[in-house]
Amino acid sequence: MTTPSSSGPKPPQHAVAVTLPVRVKSLETPAPPSSPALVSRARGRADHPLVVTIDKRSAARSVFSGDTVLEVELPVGSRVIYPRPPMEALKDVAAAVRYACNHPLKSDPLHAKLRPGMKVVIAIDDVSVPLPSMRRPDAREQVLTVVLELLADHGVEDVEIIIATSIHRRMTAAEVRHAVGDRIFGAYWPDRLYNHDAEDPKGMKTLGTTEHGEVVEINRRAAEADLLIYANVNMVPMSGGHKSVAVGLCGYESLRAHHNPRVMRDCWSYMDPASSALATSIERMGRLAEKALDVFHIETTINNRMFDAPLSFFHKSEDDWTGGERAAFKGLAFTLSKLPSAARQAIFQRVPSPYGVTGVNAGECEAVHEKTLEKSFAQYLVPVVGQCDVLVTGIPYISPYNVNSFLNPLLVQVMAQGYLFNFYRGAPLVKKGGTMIVFHPCTDQFDKEHHAPYIEFVHDVLAQTRDAAEMHHKFEEKFARNPAYVELYRKGHAYHPAHPFYMWYWGEAGRQHLGRVIVVGADNDYIPKLLGWETARTFAEALAMAKGSKRDPEITMLHVPPIVMADVTV
Amino acid sequence: MPASFFDVDGTLVHTNLLHPTVFYLTNQPNPLRSLGALARAALGGPRMVLAELVDRRRFNELLFANYEGISSDRLLTLADEAFDSVMKRAVYPGARDLVQRCLGEGHDVVLVSGALDFLMERLARHLGATAVIANRLDFKDGYATGKVLRPIVAGPEKARLVREWARDHGHDLGDCFGYSDSYSDVPMLSVVGHPCAVNPDYRLAKLALTYSWPVIHLGKRPAVESRMLERLP
Repeated sequence: MTTPSSSGPKPPQHAVAVTLPVRVKSLETPAPPSSPALVSRARGRADHPLVVTIDKRSAARSVFSGDTVLEVELPVGSRVIYPRPPMEALKDVAAAVRYACNHPLKSDPLHAKLRPGMKVVIAIDDVSVPLPSMRRPDAREQVLTVVLELLADHGVEDVEIIIATSIHRRMTAAEVRHAVGDRIFGAYWPDRLYNHDAEDPKGMKTLGTTEHGEVVEINRRAAEADLLIYANVNMVPMSGGHKSVAVGLCGYESLRAHHNPRVMRDCWSYMDPASSALATSIERMGRLAEKALDVFHIETTINNRMFDAPLSFFHKSEDDWTGGERAAFKGLAFTLSKLPSAARQAIFQRVPSPYGVTGVNAGECEAVHEKTLEKSFAQYLVPVVGQCDVLVTGIPYISPYNVNSFLNPLLVQVMAQGYLFNFYRGAPLVKKGGTMIVFHPCTDQFDKEHHAPYIEFVHDVLAQTRDAAEMHHKFEEKFARNPAYVELYRKGHAYHPAHPFYMWYWGEAGRQHLGRVIVVGADNDYIPKLLGWETARTFAEALAMAKGSKRDPEITMLHVPPIVMADVTV
Repeated sequence: MPASFFDVDGTLVHTNLLHPTVFYLTNQPNPLRSLGALARAALGGPRMVLAELVDRRRFNELLFANYEGISSDRLLTLADEAFDSVMKRAVYPGARDLVQRCLGEGHDVVLVSGALDFLMERLARHLGATAVIANRLDFKDGYATGKVLRPIVAGPEKARLVREWARDHGHDLGDCFGYSDSYSDVPMLSVVGHPCAVNPDYRLAKLALTYSWPVIHLGKRPAVESRMLERLP
């Protein structure tokens, strides 16, 4: 299994060579959903069954364009990469948590660390995972229930639960209740179950500085606890591991070490810790934290069952849709096209997903995370041979940063050049200088509370420069220290004022790699212009623009959601 | 270096200009004089209400006319008590933190208020603010004449005073911050680069929404209509 390397990320050319046939073989799934006719051997290469090649008989493909869905006709020969079917969920999660705590990896069992009178902090992931929220009981509730019982059995009464928001917005009471369940919420909220505050002048503690000058500063209560337990829900390979403590509980001083254009440009990709400068930096900081503290990690992995009936057809190739599913899609597309935006958001965001927990591992950070990554890659990776010239993808209604709010233009950018571009291992799915075609209305709309600092960022900072390095040096710190925005982060439900900058840096690797981004269906021209994108009214127009002088470009569609990662070899 | 300009009443404290005035009127040398002063103030009430609706400056003039005849000694002697019993306890939770954060970022913190200077100076000391722009009473032979010295700190005049203060102290207004709860302070908020609505009234909340100004609540639960506004896309 690939583990994070301390020697720094590899450039993509090297990364291409590390894709191991053995690993690919282990990910083979039984019975792919596509029809045999569509599993072609285009351009003389053998594609994985989940990589479907379009032919004359292929159905139109469904894509998300924000909170609407569309059908697009891809040219014959185009490839469509589908997500793997959801992995089987554990039947008894509580038993798995108990087993993991009693049989931890490279650590004493949790019960052996407990003694009456000790101070324990349990940190949990925030509202940014999973997406959409998980149908109750959430994995956090299932882990906390077992852990809190164990603590009580061992006479540990001084327990506080901190939501590791880092500089994300504070979770609302309703969101916390959903994540931890009624019983735990009733017993702990708000005095012993609360959001992390990275700007509390007395609430942060510096643990030290790494040999690379990275300041490790985390939540004081967590730093001063006798035992810190981190309960993670692992949605993508980028999350968990050292990121839990070193990022989830940190503040602006620590984040600056790696959330900057220099580090972000050196990630190939974010989703592959071994090739990510971001992961390497976080790993150094996390190791320092683990040395200073007694941390017990509990990581859960979930499958990708994002949609339940009647929307479960999104998990399948359109060629395999039944008549009923095709009608359901048409009905959905029609209904969404007629509904106002608020109603469309409610339909998608208020319905939790039936995710299943696929694994629970506990113990020492790196040993646990290695197991987590195995599961995560097994769920998401689909082997893909060869890069493409044109990458096509829809941008859905949700990102980690707009739960219960609108996907504003900056987040549209981070979804395209950040997340979707980075859903690969090995080499980028699109060639250097290639084109990305995305579908989204790019509406100039923001949640005035959650994304208050984003508005000024988009309409002031971005209007002055798109150069990440320039905005980093010229604007970031001043912006991040704006007392009004910091107040909104601390007492309201706004993202920290540094966050919009990070969202721009998050797209930096994609921006540096891609030649152009063309957005189809934008309802205005100026937002795409601010983002540095071109616009097309139709997919055909976008395709014509993308083709340019290239006669027969390789076109690949990443069919999301649910999440899929391309394991690319060239 | 930026400066942060704070309106006071309704922004940092939940009192208004009436509260300290009532305190002074009820603390006259004897109960009879207190009664008389309160009665005169009550009689002038309707005019003040009308003035408040039309012109904030006129309202201030009418209100401070009630101080006529009070000695400067008495005003200053009672100032500590007036501050402790009226203003100090009315400071919003979070107000001090916000002021401290501004100071921590190296800002000059200036209280800009229609209230009287000797009370604002005490509030400034309590919060740690660096300067005060406030109304000053006119005195003759040690007694208040009931007039307010020009310029009267209210409405659009606040914007001019803020501009002048910033210029005199070498601040670029584009880097400065302004905080207020009231629509009447829109001129002041409009001259700074970073306006912020604090506990806003409905009209300011609506304006803040239109211009995407940040809206914060320093321990005060926002009115229902303001909350509805804030949730609008």
